[in-house]
Amino acid sequence: MAGKGIRVIIISTFLLTLVIVSRARVGAAGDCPDCFRNCDYDTDCFEQCYELCLPPPLTRVDEVVGDATSSHGNSEISSPGNEDSLLQQAFALSHSLMARNKEGLVLLLDVGPTMHNALPEIKKVCSMLIQKKLIYGKFDEVGVVVFGTQETDNELTKEVGGYEHVVVLRNIKVVDGDLVDAFQELPRGNFDGDYLDAIVVGMDMLIKKYQATNKGKKRLCLITNALCPIKDSCEGTKEDQVGTIAAQMSAHGMKMESVIVRGRLSRDGDQRIMDENDRLLNIFSEKTSAKAVYVESPTALLGAIKTRNISPVTIFRGDLELGSNMKIKDFLIRSTTELGHPNLSAALWEHMRGPRFATHEVKVDYEYKSVEDPNKVVPPEQRIKGYRYGPQVVPISSAEWDAVKFKPEKSVKLLGFTDASNIMRHYYMKDVNIFIPEPGNARAALAVSALARAMKEMNKVAILRCVWRQGQGSVAVGVLTPNISEKDSTPDSFYFNILPFAEDVREFQFPSFSSFPASWQPNQQQQEAADNLVKMLDLAPSAKQEAVLPDFTPNPILERFYRHLELKSKHPDAVVPPLDETLKTITEADPDLLSEKKNVIDAFSKSFELKENPRLKKSSKLLLREKPSGSDEEVSYQDATNVLAVKPVKVEKIGDSSPVQDFEAMMSHRDSPDWVSKAIQDMKNKIYSLIENFYDGDNHGKALECLLALRKGCILEQAGLLYLLDVLVSKLEPKQFNDFLRHLFNVSQEKKLRNFYESLIPRGLTLISKSEAIDSEVTDDEARNFLVKKELKIE
Amino acid sequence: MELDPDDIFKDDEDDPDSEFYQQRESSKEFVVYLVDASPKMFSSTCPSEDGKEETHFHIAISCIAQSLKTQIINRSYDEVAICFFNTREKKNLQDLNAAFVFNVAEREYLDRPTARLIKDFDCIEESFMKDIGSQYGIVSGSRENSLYNALWIAQALLRKGSAKTADKRILLFTNEDDPFGSIKGVAKADMTRTTLQRAKDAQDLGISIELLPLSQPDEEFNVSLFYSDLIGLEGDELAQFMPSAGQKLQDMKDQLRKRMFTKRIVRRITLSIANGLSIELNTYALIRPTMPGAITWLDSVTNRPLKVMYFDILQTERSFICADTGALMQEPAKRYQPYKNDNIMLSVEELSEIKRVSTGHLHLLGFKPLSCLKDYHNMRPSTFIFPSDKEVIGSTCIFIALLRSMVRLKRFAVAFYGSSSRPQLVALVAQDEIISAGGQVEPPGMHMIYLPYSDDIHSNTNAGAPRATDDQIFRAASLIKRIDLKDFSVFQFANPGLQRHYAILQALALDEDDIPEINDETLPDEEGMARPGVVKAVEEFKLSVYGDNYDEESDMGNGKASDASKKRKTAAENAVKESANYNWPDLADNGQLKDLTVTELKYYLTANNLPVTGKKEVLISRILTHLGK
Repeated sequence: MAGKGIRVIIISTFLLTLVIVSRARVGAAGDCPDCFRNCDYDTDCFEQCYELCLPPPLTRVDEVVGDATSSHGNSEISSPGNEDSLLQQAFALSHSLMARNKEGLVLLLDVGPTMHNALPEIKKVCSMLIQKKLIYGKFDEVGVVVFGTQETDNELTKEVGGYEHVVVLRNIKVVDGDLVDAFQELPRGNFDGDYLDAIVVGMDMLIKKYQATNKGKKRLCLITNALCPIKDSCEGTKEDQVGTIAAQMSAHGMKMESVIVRGRLSRDGDQRIMDENDRLLNIFSEKTSAKAVYVESPTALLGAIKTRNISPVTIFRGDLELGSNMKIKDFLIRSTTELGHPNLSAALWEHMRGPRFATHEVKVDYEYKSVEDPNKVVPPEQRIKGYRYGPQVVPISSAEWDAVKFKPEKSVKLLGFTDASNIMRHYYMKDVNIFIPEPGNARAALAVSALARAMKEMNKVAILRCVWRQGQGSVAVGVLTPNISEKDSTPDSFYFNILPFAEDVREFQFPSFSSFPASWQPNQQQQEAADNLVKMLDLAPSAKQEAVLPDFTPNPILERFYRHLELKSKHPDAVVPPLDETLKTITEADPDLLSEKKNVIDAFSKSFELKENPRLKKSSKLLLREKPSGSDEEVSYQDATNVLAVKPVKVEKIGDSSPVQDFEAMMSHRDSPDWVSKAIQDMKNKIYSLIENFYDGDNHGKALECLLALRKGCILEQAGLLYLLDVLVSKLEPKQFNDFLRHLFNVSQEKKLRNFYESLIPRGLTLISKSEAIDSEVTDDEARNFLVKKELKIE
Repeated sequence: MELDPDDIFKDDEDDPDSEFYQQRESSKEFVVYLVDASPKMFSSTCPSEDGKEETHFHIAISCIAQSLKTQIINRSYDEVAICFFNTREKKNLQDLNAAFVFNVAEREYLDRPTARLIKDFDCIEESFMKDIGSQYGIVSGSRENSLYNALWIAQALLRKGSAKTADKRILLFTNEDDPFGSIKGVAKADMTRTTLQRAKDAQDLGISIELLPLSQPDEEFNVSLFYSDLIGLEGDELAQFMPSAGQKLQDMKDQLRKRMFTKRIVRRITLSIANGLSIELNTYALIRPTMPGAITWLDSVTNRPLKVMYFDILQTERSFICADTGALMQEPAKRYQPYKNDNIMLSVEELSEIKRVSTGHLHLLGFKPLSCLKDYHNMRPSTFIFPSDKEVIGSTCIFIALLRSMVRLKRFAVAFYGSSSRPQLVALVAQDEIISAGGQVEPPGMHMIYLPYSDDIHSNTNAGAPRATDDQIFRAASLIKRIDLKDFSVFQFANPGLQRHYAILQALALDEDDIPEINDETLPDEEGMARPGVVKAVEEFKLSVYGDNYDEESDMGNGKASDASKKRKTAAENAVKESANYNWPDLADNGQLKDLTVTELKYYLTANNLPVTGKKEVLISRILTHLGK
């Protein structure tokens, strides 16, 4: 043991226990008068003990953090029975609110040699954290400790010795802009850091700064790869040591988050040490309200630290009624998610006016004026609410409305249980709430635990009817799903989500996939390619950490917003920065994954063919004419998906079985001249595709028939025998055919489809000439010679 | 420019609700309900849910009544007409026989639904025989063709408005599969031909005709006898048509509900898979909360709507108010965010640039097993996606292949949806088609589930928790078996709050005194819960987890809840005591309430269990109201 840096745990004689750590000096160890245990006994230690071991206020340690209805601490000034208790309570509440809103955070950053890879990301996540605090928690206080450095600079080393290679970069103080910059110069250490030393230093800082105040708002945040072993203890095993520290942490109401960087971000280490460290860090999670997360990608690192600590809002507190006979006491429902858009409610309207572009805060106010007489302002008391009911607006005063409106009693009632498969995931209407037993109520916790576990086993969910508050005008029907806790320290609970009412569901009919034409159905080879893609483009491989896990994924827009703010605070003219490279794996597929699975992706892309719809312009025009709408994006009301819907008897496209008939039917639609151009266009495509697949004689005759029909159609249409509404369209038709035929010859020439155009000659299939259709620009001779010329060319 | 600072990062233009529910004039729907009123409709019955026999006529009427009520809530700009055919009386613009257009005062034949229409239509069955009457309109020997007349009337009604601005539909209810069955020979062929031609003419004008056939249990409606030609069913469609048109009232209502709203694409997007491979998709909003309609402010004297003027009250001296022009809002609006003791200006363009992190489409990131999609990974109602080959041919094929693989391998896709208003991570969960006797229950396609980001997820910390024993779990399981909702379907409940809201509006709109009680379907089945088996299971469970001597009232837990409630209780007691020191009626009469402090005022309020929120004046007026002054 001699000469080895060790920690000694001192437990004071005061009821409140605390940790003091010193460097053991061989031979100097003795019994501290104020400690139960053996430690280095010297004056330093004693004073240290004394100074730190202030008696705590006589309140119980508050384990429920952020409980909206509980009031924290300061019980001495709100003793019941006091005359002015109401006022004092109010004072106490506001006082505790203020204290509650201020968080004390110490960042413990491992900068040792094995961490250098991850440092750029750590800089980012820390700056981001501070930037958010500058917006949401201006009064929060932050300290920064790095370990694994060559230097040593912390109070404990001065006071008790030890704690080498731990540097306090910044003492705990209110966040400011300098701190954001400070991370840019994070030192790169060259010693293997001891995270436990750093934790103790951090705890010491928090204790000295806040002593017993600020309960539940003291937080340590450790970022390390936990590759290096921690030093041995002189007293007991490492586990004991960690256990004692964890007990202190929990006694002081400190929280800790450990972010353990592994995988891509770190390097390989000694598995034995890693396992040991994982086990040690896990002790913290078990014994305190600490949590350890492992991150393997830079993106996950950015999302791993809770940058905003919003206390969950309790939306209901009351009983769960299982019929009229049984109530599970004291249920709480709390929100688990918070809408994440930047809350710029603090940002007010700002207008620039006048040459100086002075800014003014603007408050928006409303004035109500009569529609008939815009100059007449109607005073507020003369206003009355009106609700629309069809074309009528029904006036009703608030008082009347309150008297008659739906008034359910506040309650949460069980309607019954049902198979989990009855509630599909996409019926969830809202963000999710958690349904937990009242903390401290063991019986409620038992009842919940029994129900949740039974539901999980039987794969059931519960249906509830909920009225959160007395006097609210609506009820909600929701579903409870069991959430079995894996950690001993958290109780079993339920997740709760709102389900839709009959009025909320639009049941549209969609066609079955089996009713789609064969060309839309994937064949076996395509299905296999898809199977492979779905299997191989895997974001949750068993060997690695799940990628893009929502719990670890930061909001890229917010991150960009904060970065832009930071830039603008320095350079008011700064342009919006591009999205951070690390965050790009959220908005786009991870390039590493893509290149790794290149074979599968290539095979998939090769299996399927996608092409632009060649008749897109015409058809969309057609749709526009039939069903226009306000915006371009919802132009279509009618598309392929409507095939099952009962629709007019109308041939709308040229099918495979009887192209000629379809074409003729389309040409004869009389309600819109667009049908003609659509028919011609479709027919052309048909002929193309027939020629494309021209390997046997089958399509041969069919293509010829189509071509003949097209020719006939173009002449007829032009000759004015039929519908001639749109002169422009009709003028085009002979030309369309001629152009098409010319093009067709060029194509078939390339494809060496000689016998196809040879077969055209006996059928007189040539260009449409002037004598056939007045608008044609082709002379008879030209038409006659067309085929001959082509033939020559090919010879 | 009317904007709310909070809206900055909210959905606005892509919020499907806004376009889905607040119908614009340009996308109206005109519907004519054609109801067969022949004696056969009254004599044929089929069993309803509760086992009673109901006539086909009643089924048709209640379906329409139901849809009118939904329509006035959701789509009140749509216009509707109801026309009976095979009637004794006639009432229509063309003065055709055996057709009767039902209407109420202050309303054209084809018009928006009104409270009066709904009210009168609800009790039409009582007066139907007297006022309208039922008789066969197509009989041999006469040239009358009531079906033809009905179609003509419907088509004439739907002449209103151009096809550009409205969807026009005819919904036809009948139980007669062979309307010209009683006619023979040339006359039959002739009538069939003219009727079909009439239908085709209507369809050529852009009117779609939908058939809602009613079958009897023993005799199925044979759609191929006549109606397949009328509505244009062929091949597979024909085979699929009848299973979806139901026999029971419930099926019928389901059918109508499905067809009542035309399917509307919220947005067209592409899903880029990899290697530049992008397929085309349409998104639909299948589930969105229905809210009570917006409030319109009225002048209580004239009951005329008021116009809202937005005013800026500037808080600094150097500025000026130009209330008359409202020109204040003309400069480009900026916002600022306090940051580091400074206000950072942000223009609207900058903000939208920040949000532009991706094209407005879906980018596939990869796949995960379904178990990775946790119950708490949900932010708002999901969006349904269905493929389209409209612009990119081959999209549907890829989509089907992916969907089938995902269903079989039990995996979902993770994608980034870069919409311009709120770019978000989404899970695409594949859903196979589910068909039941009543038709399609779940359409095939994928559901886009909006995922939270890390900062959106709260963690709940709690220390120490007991675990249930096996026996307790067993008791819970037997309880669960007892209270099992077998055929639970998520949308079986009507929203009682909304129903009440509209019941009140309807009563007020019709100047009725009493507001009908609505049936709250969401209340638990008390009878079922009181069954001995259930009670026993509950008791056993209770005994198992709570032990023998559990007193529900006294066991208040031991957390701060009781502390807090004790505190509240003490405060209340204190208030009662304090409140007794004042002579409230006297103070009120002498106008001395305003001389008291707010704390003093609150004694009274707390003692009388009244709300204590608001400004002093509010408190005073609340006290006065309570005292009856």
